[in-house]
Amino acid sequence: MSRNTEIFVIGGGPAGLSAAIVASQLGARTLLVDDSARLGGQLIKQTHRFFGSSNRDAGIRGITIAEMLCKEVKDASDRLTVLENTAAVGFYANKEAGILSQDAYERVSYQAAIVCTGATENSLTFENNDLPGIYGAGGVQTLMNVHGIKPGRRILMVGSGNIGLIVSYQLLQAGVEVVGLVEGMPTIGGYLVHASKIRRLGVPIYTSHTILKALGETGVEGAVLCRVDERFQPVPNTELTIECDCICLAVGLTPLIDLFQQAQCRMVHVGELGGLVPLHDSAMRTTNPDVFVAGDASGIEEATTAMLGGRIAGARAYESIHGKSPKAEAIVEEAREELRTLRSGSTGERIRWGRERVLKEVGAC
Amino acid sequence: MLKNTGIITSEELKPVLPAQTRLEKGPVAIIECLQDIPCDPCVSACPVKAIQMQSGITDRPQLDFETCTGCGACVPKCPGLAIFIVNMKHNVPGKALLSMSYELLPVPAKDQEVDALDRAGKFVCKAKVARVINPPAYDRTAVVTIEVPADRINDIRAIKV
Ligand SMILES: Cc1cc2nc3c(=O)[nH]c(=O)nc-3n(C[C@H](O)[C@H](O)[C@H](O)COP(=O)(O)OP(=O)(O)OC[C@H]3O[C@@H](n4cnc5c(N)ncnc54)[C@H](O)[C@@H]3O)c2cc1C
Ligand code: SF4
Ligand code: SF4
Repeated sequence: MSRNTEIFVIGGGPAGLSAAIVASQLGARTLLVDDSARLGGQLIKQTHRFFGSSNRDAGIRGITIAEMLCKEVKDASDRLTVLENTAAVGFYANKEAGILSQDAYERVSYQAAIVCTGATENSLTFENNDLPGIYGAGGVQTLMNVHGIKPGRRILMVGSGNIGLIVSYQLLQAGVEVVGLVEGMPTIGGYLVHASKIRRLGVPIYTSHTILKALGETGVEGAVLCRVDERFQPVPNTELTIECDCICLAVGLTPLIDLFQQAQCRMVHVGELGGLVPLHDSAMRTTNPDVFVAGDASGIEEATTAMLGGRIAGARAYESIHGKSPKAEAIVEEAREELRTLRSGSTGERIRWGRERVLKEVGAC
Repeated sequence: MLKNTGIITSEELKPVLPAQTRLEKGPVAIIECLQDIPCDPCVSACPVKAIQMQSGITDRPQLDFETCTGCGACVPKCPGLAIFIVNMKHNVPGKALLSMSYELLPVPAKDQEVDALDRAGKFVCKAKVARVINPPAYDRTAVVTIEVPADRINDIRAIKV
């Protein structure tokens, strides 16, 4: 079988949903596919209140933002088709892609594609890191908040970015003991309000520490930590053993980019954005003019910025087919202004730097 | 230091504490949000516009203690759970009231005795729950008020039920 659409959106997280909503509202026939059973991407596990701007859903729980976006998707259903449990598996020449659902493989021919595949979790090398009971933070969140399963009784968290801090808090809410949070840097990586939240519930934060090995034969029984110096080298005789039955790694995300490589988009490595990302301009258009990008796939950031990037990509993809539109222009202008304020200040410095680099490189090619 | 340990030191806390004269007048907010993060729900939550951000969303919230009525509307809206209300004008001698967000289960009941904890989660004393507000509009963030020794009001920042 084959399908035909004007705009083809891959990924139903905050970026993809926003892109599909804008594109279909502007009037484009749009198809959205997501490989999971429920739309919302990362949002369906975010039970905490979001930080961010209150004119863009801050103070509201991630799960509620997902519901709000899904409602907008439903309202646009005359132009917007959604396929859940359906993965985009490849790009072909001549603006065609392949999608795989549980019972069929189909071809999609499109005029513009917006790829919003999100990110994958990073791992960490240490002795015994393949023992059962060692999870990524995203996996722990899915178990706990989507399926209602506790990953363990006593958890050690590695990584003090916002994900490590927030998942620790959610573990405490689920009744799991968090025996400690380990961070290699001398300072906490995520927002300090989130750190204070778990600290005052008694979770020790070990900054300037790393995990040397996991203990146990058939599953995790503990972990050995040690202090590290300024060059992240273990300091001898500072080892300490912590008892736990689960280790949770929150050590960063990497954009999921296989599809861009297939679509022959030029890639660039930007550490501040999480690794290799497709080069794209301020319209979120990659070097393949039929392919746009938004969300974590364009550089690891946040749901708020993913939604704004998605809106820009949706509007510009619409214009790439239907020509200039004042409505699309207004959406882009508004989103740009919000992005600028969200990325201002010292906590946005790395992202600003990374984003500027991508724009510079794209200008150069 | 807060950024190394997650615990605000008394030096770091000073700039966000209201003056003694303001404390004596009744309930007032203390906003323990000391980093310029992109976040602002507290600003729009305040009915009397006591919370301001000078140049935009990444500014730290600035509270005008004189304008603040201590109403507590901002408390459950803060995703950082960083806002506390202190009321030193309490009718029990030597005691004061402290309100904070609480998102764990079980939610305590009025008059229940709970453990009051400091910023490191260490036990400070037993405390009686004076009030619990948990309406649907707060979307599962309860605001719990406990009665604590007045001289420990700046140390206690959590409870264990
Ligand atoms: C613990 C935690 C806390 C967070 N807290 C906040 C917060 O407070 N505020 C904030 O703004 N942000 C927060 N974030 C970040 C935010 O969740 C992400 O930045 C955001 O979800 C990225 O959106 P996205 O649409 O790019 O990707 P995702 O949400 O990851 O969605 C991508 C979707 O694409 C699907 N997909 C991938 N590949 C394919 C394919 N080939 N075919 C079909 N579908 C595919 C995936 O299944 C997924 O549904 C948090 C993240 C975590 C993990
Ligand atoms: S306690 Fe009430 S008046 Fe004071 S800052 Fe909060 S919302 Fe405003
Ligand atoms: S809502 Fe809370 S975390 Fe956000 S800026 Fe205000 S005080 Fe800080």
